[in-house]
Amino acid sequence: MKKIIGALALAVGAGAAYGQTTPQDLGQIHGNFQTDIQYYLPDSAIPGVIVPNEKILMNGFANLIYTKGPFSAGIRYESYLNALQGFDKRYQGNGIPYRFATYTRGDLEVTVGNYYEQFGNGLIFRSYEERGLGLDNAMDGVRLKYKPFRGVYLKGVYGKQRLFFAQGPGIMRGGDAEIQLNELIGGEYNPDAFRVTIGGSVLSKFEPDLDPVYVFPENVTAGAGRISVSKGNFTIQGEYAQKINDPSALNRFIYKNGQALLIGANYSQKGFGFNASAKMVDNMDFRSDRAASGNVSTLNFLPPIAKQHTYLLTAFYPYATQNLGEMGAQAEVFYKFKKGSVLGGKYGTEIALNFSKIHGLDSVRTSSYEGYRAKFGAFGKQLYFQDINVEVTKKFSKHFKSVFTFANIKYNMEVIQGLGGKGTLNTWLGVADLTYYINDKYSIRTELHNMTVEGNHDRGSWAAALVEFSVAPKWFISVIDQYNYGNLDKTLRLHYLLGQLTFVKDANRFALSYGRQREGILCVGGVCRQVPGIYGLTLSITSSF
Amino acid sequence: MKRTIALLSLLCSTFFALSGYAQDNGSKRKIPASKIKDLKGAEINTETLSNNGKPMVISFWATWCKPCVNELSAIAETYEDWQAETGVKIVAVSIDDARNVAKVGPMINTKGWEYQVLTDQNGDFKRVMNVNTVPHTFLIDGEGNIVWQHNAYAPGDEKELYEKIKKLSKGESIQ
Repeated sequence: MKKIIGALALAVGAGAAYGQTTPQDLGQIHGNFQTDIQYYLPDSAIPGVIVPNEKILMNGFANLIYTKGPFSAGIRYESYLNALQGFDKRYQGNGIPYRFATYTRGDLEVTVGNYYEQFGNGLIFRSYEERGLGLDNAMDGVRLKYKPFRGVYLKGVYGKQRLFFAQGPGIMRGGDAEIQLNELIGGEYNPDAFRVTIGGSVLSKFEPDLDPVYVFPENVTAGAGRISVSKGNFTIQGEYAQKINDPSALNRFIYKNGQALLIGANYSQKGFGFNASAKMVDNMDFRSDRAASGNVSTLNFLPPIAKQHTYLLTAFYPYATQNLGEMGAQAEVFYKFKKGSVLGGKYGTEIALNFSKIHGLDSVRTSSYEGYRAKFGAFGKQLYFQDINVEVTKKFSKHFKSVFTFANIKYNMEVIQGLGGKGTLNTWLGVADLTYYINDKYSIRTELHNMTVEGNHDRGSWAAALVEFSVAPKWFISVIDQYNYGNLDKTLRLHYLLGQLTFVKDANRFALSYGRQREGILCVGGVCRQVPGIYGLTLSITSSF
Repeated sequence: MKRTIALLSLLCSTFFALSGYAQDNGSKRKIPASKIKDLKGAEINTETLSNNGKPMVISFWATWCKPCVNELSAIAETYEDWQAETGVKIVAVSIDDARNVAKVGPMINTKGWEYQVLTDQNGDFKRVMNVNTVPHTFLIDGEGNIVWQHNAYAPGDEKELYEKIKKLSKGESIQ
């Protein structure tokens, strides 16, 4: 210990002495900060709203990064006193769960400590953070990146994974290689040429088997291969992944190998774009802890192939990938009617059409240790999710712009939320997003929503309205009302009213809100954030320097 | 032991912070190094982003972020004039992950944005630039210093941004 302190003191001393002679070489320090403080109020009308004993809860963090030439190091201090409602209570107290040092020497980059990384699309490995969701599966260990030749990119990772303020039981080791054939062959970089990129990755997890009953594989290996081919504005790509049998609490301890396939194609030219993708997931839940669930200790990322809605009500029933098995497809078309055409008008009209459909696997249960067998690439009978939506963006004049969204979303609550007997909802949505620009400084934005819910009804139909007055570049005043007018229980036909005042100065942002906030992505005050559901007062401060 | 190391690293960082601010140009800094990709998957070191001595704007955005799209659309309407008058370049860095990254190309082409568009799927550039939420916009002077940054978008913000770009292109201070 003393040695470490001594060494550090020496390093700091040397740095300071060096700094005095050449102050411009001292390096740079930068960072950011965020805190959310919530004061909870009792809400007799809404069942399930609980005021915590502390009455006030707080989440906060600050990143501090030091960079000097090819060297950088940083820490993140996090504070949960105690964690906000909606966050895992295992986030508790203060600490520095994230610290790293990295340097680049020639074509080699070395990182020790914490890091985030992903191989390909993330089908077998993605370590990432979504701070607003309380998701952080940062690695802690060693990472190397090396470019041995032009066009060849190698990555190696070795480490454990963050689990709140501790680490999960698994040890991960893996590597990824990507070859950009055009660069390897040589010649000038030409983005429009016929281009081929191939890649492959392996990740192996070691997790001790301490179970008295089951015999678990202690080493679980997953591998993936990918290819991307493009010419001009046309791209086609695919990635296939496999994982050896990995019995876990979530897959109910079946000894079946897992696999995933993601393919996609896109094309665009000025005024037109097209994007399509398909995905199969077969027993591909992969974690550094076989007992974990939720968004804890996840090792991979299987992207949901459905549109990511961000309006209040269109985001009400969002899709989440079913890691244990699903088969889905998505297609999207973007088109812009030119200025001066009949549909384009004076400023042009943009239209985006999106369709996605996700089913269960076409599978049969077996009595063997594998649990089930699925047909490759086949849609099962059970619908998990379907979304048909259209978005029209139209500017009417210098002062008035609008976005109209219509969607029909079918949502299998039983599967997506794991609520037995809940069946599937059929929802019809309409949103008008209208912005009136008074002048360069003042503007008013209004959103009007309606969502009709058929099927089992869940909480029934909703209407919502949002009014936001902004004074560029500093102030936003927003009021949101969401009204659950269609609830079958008449006592729950309530208004969820939320007011927010936001002040932004450069990279400092202060937001104070009061009322009933539903959980989800909230895009007010000029930014989009993931927020938990509460009733009370919230103060959010973010800052970067 | 762990706590002690953590405490020490904090102290070190604070020290560096203080010594950094002791300099008179303490608030200026260059674009840090990180590796992101262009729309064809070719790697780009962010340290090398430049606009030949003219001002540059780096805007972090995502396909699903309405205020981001509104900001970039508003700039697109006058981008030609901005370029003609000041030579400014806009670099739009998408933080979309594997879920949405394939729509970045189709979306910008449909909208006709003429920006340099890059993708930061792993969030490496976002982290070294200390971006909390999108949109987050940085203004870079001709020498590659980050001279101003702004979080959030309100209609009309682009006017303030352009005033600053004009000052920079004339060699004036924007402080």
